[in-house]
Amino acid sequence: MSGSTIIFYLLAAITLVSAVLAVTTRMIFRAAIYLLFSLIGIAGIYFWLNYEFIAAVQIVVYVGGIVVLIIFSIFLTQQAGEQLPKQKMGRQLFSALAAFCGLALVMLQLAQHEFTGTGNKAVEPTVANIGYQMLGVDDNGYALPFEVVSILLLAALIGCIVIALKSKPEKA
Amino acid sequence: MIEPGLIYHMLFISATLFFIGVYGFFTRRNLVTMLMSVELILNSVNLNFIAFNKYLWYDKLDGLFFTIFIIAIAAAEAAVAIAIIINLYRSHQSIDVEKAEEMKF
Repeated sequence: MSGSTIIFYLLAAITLVSAVLAVTTRMIFRAAIYLLFSLIGIAGIYFWLNYEFIAAVQIVVYVGGIVVLIIFSIFLTQQAGEQLPKQKMGRQLFSALAAFCGLALVMLQLAQHEFTGTGNKAVEPTVANIGYQMLGVDDNGYALPFEVVSILLLAALIGCIVIALKSKPEKA
Repeated sequence: MIEPGLIYHMLFISATLFFIGVYGFFTRRNLVTMLMSVELILNSVNLNFIAFNKYLWYDKLDGLFFTIFIIAIAAAEAAVAIAIIINLYRSHQSIDVEKAEEMKF
C-alpha cells in the first residue's frame, strides 16, 4: 500500500465520518463545523485526483461561502447552547433502514457493473483548458450555460433580497 | 497513471455520502440542518461527476463543467433557502418544520 493510497483512505474517512457526525449530532453549531470538515475532505479528494481548480472552487464557494452563510443563519435563528430536540426512535430507525437499503441497492448494481474507459488521449484539467472550453462557442463550448448560470445567480441575488426584506407596516 | 479500479472506491464514497445526506434529510426537523443534508447530497453528486471524468472519460472535461455549474447552483440555492429560513423565523419564531404547517393539508 503506497503513501498515496493511504492519503486517499484518510481523506475518505475524514469525509464520511464528519458527514455522519454532521447529520447525527444534536448540537446545531457542531453540525455546521462537522459539515465544514466533510467539505474540506471532499476538496482534499479533488486535490488528490489532480483537479486543483475544482478543489479551489470547492474551498472558496463551500467552505468560504456556504458554511459561513449557514453559521450566520444559525446565529440568527438559534438560541445559544440549546440542543436540538431528540428525534423519535421509529423515525430514526426507518430513515436508517431506507438509507441502508438504498445504499445496498446501489452497491449491488456497482459490484455487478464493469466499467470501461475510453482509450483516447487524456485532456489535462488545467485552468487554461477549462477556461478555453468554458467560454468557447463551438460544439464543445460552455458559453451558453455559463451565461444562463450568471442570470440564475443574479435572479437568486434579487430573490434573496426580496424574500428577506422586512416589510414595513402599512400606514392607514 | 490512471487506475480504473479506483473508480469503485470513489463511487462507494459518493454513494455513502449521498445516503448519509438522505438519512439526515429524513431525520432532521430543523430547516438549517436539513439544508446541510442537501449540501452533502449535492457534494456527493459532484464527486460522482469528477470520478467518472477522471477514470472513464478523461479525454473530455464535461464532468468538470457539470461540477462547476452544480456548485454555482448550490450556492444560489443555499442563499435563497437561508433567506426563506430567516423570513420563516420572523413569522413563526422557530425554524422547525413541524411548527410551519399552515399549508400542510
